Amino acid sequence: MENAARSPVRIRPGSVVVIAILTLLAAVSLTPLWWMLVTAFSRPELTLEFPPPILPIPPTLVNFVQVLRFGQMARWFLNSAIVSVSVTVASVFFASMAGYALAKKEFPGREVFLWLYIVSMMIPTQVTLVPRYILVSKLGLIDTYWVLILPLIASPSSAFLVKQYMMSLPTALIESALIDGAGEWRIYAKIIFPLAMQGLAVLIVMTFVGEWNSFLWVLIATNSIEMRNLQAGLTYLQELYPMRHAWIMAASALSAIPMFLLFFSLQKYFLKGITVGAIKG
Amino acid sequence: MTGSAIQPTIPRPKTNGLLRRIAKGRSGYLFLAPHFLFFALFFLYPFCQGIFRSFFSYSFGSFEFWGFQGYRKLLQDRLFWVALKNTAYYTLSIVPLWLLKALVVSVLLFPFSSRVQTFYKALFYLPHVASVVIISLLWLWIYNPQYGLLNALLKLAGLPAQVWLGNRILAMPSVIFMQLVMGGGTTIVLLSAALAGIPPEYIEVARIEGARQSQVFFRIMLPLIKPVILYLVVIGTINSFQVFEQVYVMTRGGPEFSTVTLVYQIYDRAFLTFDFGLALAESVVLMLILMALAVVQFRFLGGGAVEY
Repeated sequence: MENAARSPVRIRPGSVVVIAILTLLAAVSLTPLWWMLVTAFSRPELTLEFPPPILPIPPTLVNFVQVLRFGQMARWFLNSAIVSVSVTVASVFFASMAGYALAKKEFPGREVFLWLYIVSMMIPTQVTLVPRYILVSKLGLIDTYWVLILPLIASPSSAFLVKQYMMSLPTALIESALIDGAGEWRIYAKIIFPLAMQGLAVLIVMTFVGEWNSFLWVLIATNSIEMRNLQAGLTYLQELYPMRHAWIMAASALSAIPMFLLFFSLQKYFLKGITVGAIKG
Repeated sequence: MTGSAIQPTIPRPKTNGLLRRIAKGRSGYLFLAPHFLFFALFFLYPFCQGIFRSFFSYSFGSFEFWGFQGYRKLLQDRLFWVALKNTAYYTLSIVPLWLLKALVVSVLLFPFSSRVQTFYKALFYLPHVASVVIISLLWLWIYNPQYGLLNALLKLAGLPAQVWLGNRILAMPSVIFMQLVMGGGTTIVLLSAALAGIPPEYIEVARIEGARQSQVFFRIMLPLIKPVILYLVVIGTINSFQVFEQVYVMTRGGPEFSTVTLVYQIYDRAFLTFDFGLALAESVVLMLILMALAVVQFRFLGGGAVEY
């Protein structure tokens, strides 16, 4: 460490040791995830072996086949997909409009709206869990797709994030479009939205993954097993078959692999999203 | 941009000025409306209702005003204090541990090129992409007393096996250990970004002046990233205070209430024992605790922003 850190630019021989330490630290946290994949693709008997196999030899899909034969698994996957896509599309669309209004529009009360959003970002969502449940049950939405989608559309931090991003877009562009006689909606749809796409991509990725991995709200807002998402389904599977570890790992892999693929292909947006939208934790 | 700055403000007639401005800004309201309506309905309204209703007893359809009785009942409940203690135990352990892990990793990463940094940041962030439920399920098996990896390793080392999650002294440390190993990726990414933001001249000058490595770290780097550390402590505390999934999947609050946390208790009161009044009161108390913590932390650790 001494050698490597002495120069902020060049890499010295001591950095080999540093790399080794970093790799070891990362490996420790990645091993359980690797183990999940190995178990999912191995024959169930290998689950109990010690030391656990490093590679799934011979690889098999038997766990996936069995777990998918368990009726609800495909449904949970579908539910996760439907809800995540719906929430992401609606939430990013609405947040982009709200962010645009807060960043570029002049209207009385703008500061009040902005203040409300900022204060709300600091209030943990868990605090509103019970009253929100009472509200949706009065609206008769329990155990429907609506209850999994509608309450999650309007996140104050998303609107704030877009607002911050849109502040950097040139106002002159909007003004000249107005002078050219373009309507408000046209300006938003044809100029603002495409320009903000770079910033919105971060929000899309963060919202989608957050929704895919959500658990507590699904757990309380649905009654029937068919309406659960993958996360809530996984806990149900674990309760039913606590000893079928290979099944549970296969089901977990079904949930995790799409997110891993998304992460590897859009890594830039993920890492940017953490720094930009750090408020989401 | 500059053109609009030097434009003279158009004098408006005093009467109907506000109405005119509202009419003029109507497109702003229209763009804001869809988001704000959902926000008001599913956040602001339940939030106000939650506070209002916490003054009512609300159980199995009965609904009557009881003032601060719910709060009194909550504060007299021994289990509430157990949950508060557990949550504080968890938070006070994991927030400093993550910070320490992130400091070590990002300081070690600091000298490397941004490509190497990005690679390791991605590795450390990867577990966050899998859900907390999955991570907890994985570790449930690692901690399994009969078949788990951890006990197999202990046996190899000739040590006695442990019932990790079934022991009231070991359960919470086991959850914390899992979080330490798997988590902290967000903290690492943010701290690395903060370190990368330090002007390199500062460090070079210090070295030319003959500062030792430890001096560079404690005297230059640490003070400069202090605002980010403060932010991470506040956000980390708020997030960790809401720990739920790990408890639900791994222990259900047991054994002997040793891992019951505040959010788990709220869930339990509202949806397992249907005591909404008490659950609402506890939600409000949780919010007050978090706000107080944020204020205290800003006061205690704040002390003036650092300017580069």
